[in-house]
Amino acid sequence: MRENENVILSFAIMATLLIFVGVAQSWGVALSILNLCLISAVMSIGVNIQWGYAGLINFGVMGFTALGGLAAVLVSVNPIEEAWSVGGMGVLTSIGLIALLVFLIKIILKKITQSKKRNILIGVIIFLFIILIRKIISPSIEAIESVNPATQGFLGGLGLPIMFSWIIGGVFAALVAFVIGKIALGLRSDYLAIATLLISGIIVSIVKHEDWLSRGVKNVIGMKRPAPYEIDLQQTEWFINMVAFLNSGKLNLINDILKKEKILNQLVMDASTIFVKLCFAGLFSVVVIILLILAQKALYSPWGRMMRAIRDNEEAAKAMGKNVVKQHLNIFIIGSAIIGMAGAMLVTYNGLFTPVSYQPLRYTFLIWIMVIVGGTGNNYGSILGGFIVWFLWIEAAPISLFFINLLTSHLDNTHEFKRHLINSVPYFRYIIMGIGLLFIMRYRPKGLLPEKIKIQKI
Amino acid sequence: MDFLNAIVLMANFVIVPALTYGSQLALGAIGVTLIYGVLRFANFAYGDLMAFGTMISILITWKFQSMGISFGFLPTALLALPFAIIATILVSLFFDKVIFEYYRIKKSPGVTLIVVSLGLMFVLNGIVRVVIGTGDRQFFDGQKFLIKANEFKELTGLNEGLAIKSTQLITLITTIFVALLLFWFLDKTKTGKSMRAYSNNEDLALLSGIDPNRVVMITWIIASILATVAGTLYGLDKSFKPFTYFNNLLPIFAAAIVGGIGNPIGAFFGGFLVAFSEIMITYAYKKVLIYLLPENLEPTSLMQLLSTDYKFAVSFSILVIVLLFRPNGIFKGKVL
Repeated sequence: MRENENVILSFAIMATLLIFVGVAQSWGVALSILNLCLISAVMSIGVNIQWGYAGLINFGVMGFTALGGLAAVLVSVNPIEEAWSVGGMGVLTSIGLIALLVFLIKIILKKITQSKKRNILIGVIIFLFIILIRKIISPSIEAIESVNPATQGFLGGLGLPIMFSWIIGGVFAALVAFVIGKIALGLRSDYLAIATLLISGIIVSIVKHEDWLSRGVKNVIGMKRPAPYEIDLQQTEWFINMVAFLNSGKLNLINDILKKEKILNQLVMDASTIFVKLCFAGLFSVVVIILLILAQKALYSPWGRMMRAIRDNEEAAKAMGKNVVKQHLNIFIIGSAIIGMAGAMLVTYNGLFTPVSYQPLRYTFLIWIMVIVGGTGNNYGSILGGFIVWFLWIEAAPISLFFINLLTSHLDNTHEFKRHLINSVPYFRYIIMGIGLLFIMRYRPKGLLPEKIKIQKI
Repeated sequence: MDFLNAIVLMANFVIVPALTYGSQLALGAIGVTLIYGVLRFANFAYGDLMAFGTMISILITWKFQSMGISFGFLPTALLALPFAIIATILVSLFFDKVIFEYYRIKKSPGVTLIVVSLGLMFVLNGIVRVVIGTGDRQFFDGQKFLIKANEFKELTGLNEGLAIKSTQLITLITTIFVALLLFWFLDKTKTGKSMRAYSNNEDLALLSGIDPNRVVMITWIIASILATVAGTLYGLDKSFKPFTYFNNLLPIFAAAIVGGIGNPIGAFFGGFLVAFSEIMITYAYKKVLIYLLPENLEPTSLMQLLSTDYKFAVSFSILVIVLLFRPNGIFKGKVL
């Protein structure tokens, strides 16, 4: 029971903090922090499944997030027919060729016994295929990228509602995770960390530089939304009436009709942004709650017990007849799929896809801090970690500004040292995060909400 | 003549840059490998330690420049380097004392230490950004070119020029000097031997009376020297930007693993291997082939295997290939 109290207490503190931001700064800020907290919570659930349940180090979070974002683009943006007509064939043929290549390699691996000759054969085949594919695809890419380069210049997507991309993003990430897992999961844990970090770098550079696919560094903006647009809301009857009703006390005090109109307008504008953010918060909360329920069920199922057994003693689990490699692959795929989903949610929320923004510090290591601070192996913990760390990440700048002003209050405002410090306020968040992580690792290595292990009495 | 032109072209765009870049990677990889061999974890904070060391040498260089001290035709940064090295050593010894020592005594697994090093990475990253900002910093002074492309053309009468920057030569010479010194130290001195013994078998080393604290201290000192030297050379050769140092960590890790992690000589050659493959695979061979092939065979495309945007992919592919076929690296790892 005490453990549950801890969970409730820590989430209550978090809610109070967010409400405090709402009162002190603005409700818009508080809600956008909340929304990103929810997305971060999804990511940290994903990482927690890999690291907390199975002890796999996945430093490729950034790559899966980017894949989710790519899925959002490919699902929701309307197809650009002109681009498809000039280059679609080339791209499709190349994809077919890649599939053929994979198929061929599989056959070779199966039919020919392992030898140096086989390796050379595979190498030669890959080399020939690369040349062939490049021959076919480069004119198509050029053609696609020259279609309306200022606004389009890529193939576009399927034009479906963007909510679908949350699932498709998961599928994309799962597929890539399958390939990565096949290659890298056999490695030692520290090699796995480095390998996944490198792969995520590759994924992001593909997203960044393959303009025909994702517009690359030119970004995709103005994506669809599952929530209504602010401008539409501001002209909807029921919404205006609702705002008027909610603020009727304030509005009735004003007699001048023109003035009343003006204030109402302002109120409607503020309310519309908050309403949109609330819609997002509702959607994201549903996802987080569903994931939490599923993750909890999985954790305390026989499967979850097996995963923990593998994590805690791989040799013993092997001796009990568990297929460690297969289970590792499964859990790597599941966790990555959840991260991919979060990536799609993030792009949905931002309404734009900016490949340059995918930085390992922000999308890989920050998520890791969330999981470790929150509590490895505890789903509530990783959600809490997502909330706390994101909250600090955003509020670190005002907090450090406050402390800088406090500590340097004896200095003149034009003093060079003080000015330098104030200019570099955004970077203090890195130091705060690092020190926070180091403290947690040292004094509370199991995190704020440690893993709970139910021992069943027989 | 065409043949000579092709060679000069290759030298200018492939061999010289790869040698420089390889030297920088090699030094970093030796540092990573030493920490791995003795302290037994992959130090993700190493890239930011490089950035930190470079930052100190930039600050001292600026101080020297403002005081009017210069190093003749050599960059002032070389004069600042010793001071920067001392500062970096002190900083990493301090962090070892307050952060890593605790886990060493507890004998925590390497995975825990990786996470701890992430924390240190964030801290160092923040410090560097707070102190010097995120912008591009140039701190090179002195003579820029040893030989310019035009001069080379006039000198030899060839169509292609060969430009060698003085930083490139400085990098190469420093690297070879530092690496030879280090290998001599590890091979011949008593301390070096004790380090190798400790890395090879900790318990046995302890039984033979080797002081573990001393070994760890010396490892950090060497690693900091290498980080500062490699970082400063990289900054001199290109330019200093905190973010690039984190990105360089990846090829450095690749080099260390390819060479057999825990093996300094392997790491040294691993650095060059990674650098040469990165540059050779992403270089466009069109011009070289135009020189070499008869006219009717001349290529029309760029003849580039992979666009330069995919440098990561090269180090990763080498890593995967080596790990699949020689899991312990090209030179057997795990022995200093």
